[in-house]
Amino acid sequence: MLQFILRRLGLALLVAFTVSFISFSLLFLAGDPAAALAGETASGEDIEAIRRVYGFDRPMLVQYGDWLFAALRGDFGESYYFKLPVASLIADRLSVTMLLGVCGITFALLTAVPLGVLAAMRPNSIIDRIALFLSVAGQALPSFWFGLILIVLFAIQLRWLPVSGTATWAHFVMPTIVLGYYAMPAIMRLTRAGMLEVLSSDYIRTARAKGASELRVMFRHALRNAIIPVVSLAAVQMGFMLGGSIVVESIFALHGAGFLAWESISRNDLPTVQALILIFSMFYIVFTFLADVLNAWLDPRMRSS
Amino acid sequence: MSETILNVKGLTIDIPVGGGTLHAVRGIDFDLKRGEVLCIVGESGSGKSLTSLALMGLLGKRIKVSAEQADFDGTALLQASPREMRSLRGARMSMIFQEPMTSLNPAYTIGDQLMEAMLLHRQVSRAEARARAVDLLEKVGITAAGSRLGQYPHQLSGGLRQRVMIAMALMCEPELIIADEPTTALDVTIQAQILRLLVDLVREMGMAMILITHDLGVVARVADKVAVMYAGELVETGAAAEVFGAPMHPYTRGLLRCIPQPGKTARGAPLGTIPGIVPSLVGEVAGCVFRTRCDEAVETCRGRIPRHGPGETHSFRCVHETGAKATEKERV
Repeated sequence: MLQFILRRLGLALLVAFTVSFISFSLLFLAGDPAAALAGETASGEDIEAIRRVYGFDRPMLVQYGDWLFAALRGDFGESYYFKLPVASLIADRLSVTMLLGVCGITFALLTAVPLGVLAAMRPNSIIDRIALFLSVAGQALPSFWFGLILIVLFAIQLRWLPVSGTATWAHFVMPTIVLGYYAMPAIMRLTRAGMLEVLSSDYIRTARAKGASELRVMFRHALRNAIIPVVSLAAVQMGFMLGGSIVVESIFALHGAGFLAWESISRNDLPTVQALILIFSMFYIVFTFLADVLNAWLDPRMRSS
Repeated sequence: MSETILNVKGLTIDIPVGGGTLHAVRGIDFDLKRGEVLCIVGESGSGKSLTSLALMGLLGKRIKVSAEQADFDGTALLQASPREMRSLRGARMSMIFQEPMTSLNPAYTIGDQLMEAMLLHRQVSRAEARARAVDLLEKVGITAAGSRLGQYPHQLSGGLRQRVMIAMALMCEPELIIADEPTTALDVTIQAQILRLLVDLVREMGMAMILITHDLGVVARVADKVAVMYAGELVETGAAAEVFGAPMHPYTRGLLRCIPQPGKTARGAPLGTIPGIVPSLVGEVAGCVFRTRCDEAVETCRGRIPRHGPGETHSFRCVHETGAKATEKERV
């Protein structure tokens, strides 16, 4: 097991390194950063001056090396727009995004997994149909529309919850539901399909032949095997929630990292964008790594491969 | 010790299929005393496995099982509540399946899986269950049993897995073991070895066993009683010596003719076969189901088929009262 973890960790570091290089160079491919920074009315001399001040005239690899070593020390440079260190700017916003992401994935898993198990226990029953309806609806409803409906219903009509902001836990209820409901259908369907497949396997029959109760068969024998693909999917969904919750953050005016990324891209705030891309991809790598470790714990066959 | 532990009368299994009902098993009777080995033989699709799963209560709800009587030591198996069945399964009656490669849960160690039935049914500590597991692994011929407990199924070969399955079925010292073709999926070289082991253990512990197989060589060696199934019916049943000594039903004789015998079957002589295939069992099934493949079929085979009993324990279902009409022909 330890050997497996070390191997996966090495692989994750390699991926992280590659991703950092790609994210750094992609921004250069998008156009001349000095020209973009100088603005449309700037003269050629101004652009040259900016190029020198920001160091864009040096070879790209040198710039990358500088940026990477600074980043490893937690220094992502200064935001062009806010004139603040990028690190502290992001740290502020990231706590909101992480809280939202953790709540969102928790909500998604807590609704999707039990619903998927129930649906698989009684295929084509009324529970299965309700689960199917909820998942189709979740896939079809656009987040911005669903978010607005929730605001109209719970914040404006019923006045149970605040419309927007981040002041209390109540502010996070609706964003959590919108974000979680977006991830729920895929997790639910995968749980249902996995359970159906596992429940028809020979070892489930063996468990029943031992006199195990239906609950024990479902949760101890079946779910542990059926949940493995769900873990991988949830890890990707979690990464997506942290990096891609821009829509939800905009609707509920939660000033999180997703919202900051959108602002920074539209303002050509290069250091902030680079840092955010790096951090978001690190999330994916960390979650994928954790999912691999969790899966190896769940399924011993993965440890040896 | 001659007390009857299992008594089955008129067991019928119907499976709803698209556009009708598959009458998979139709009114079979058999009984089993403590310590006896009953072999159920017959070709694939004759309903042997369905019968055993029905007795264990392991068939899905879609499949309809009925019987005049299906008693396990005084408990009516078909009327018992799910809870009662659970307390029997794994404790007093257990089953060994045909597919050792897939019958163990890949996510748990074999130790966990061995101990499970005992921890579920008996008031024992983990240490006691563990000791029993080690003891049984040694009994089924697994070396270094203690260290095997921490291994996972994928680390074991098919033969070892089936030995584990056997040990698992024996954990609570059940009174009845149902082994459904326990060696079919294994390498020919270890088939006999595993079977011998199973039979020895069953005899040693005084358990009753239903052994489902289509290997007649095995039956001849281990069975006390034989039940020959064809297309969902018991065509002939009786003490092993009687059935093998004087097979009466044309199907039983056909089956026996399919085994080459050293010294008797001439080199290069064609092996016996039973021509034709099992008829469809969807819809009404009337008369003798074997008549389409039988050399001795006559017009009355379409009607009700009587049961004849040449011996106290030996009976067969055929219109020909003497059964063995074609003895000369089969010795060709």
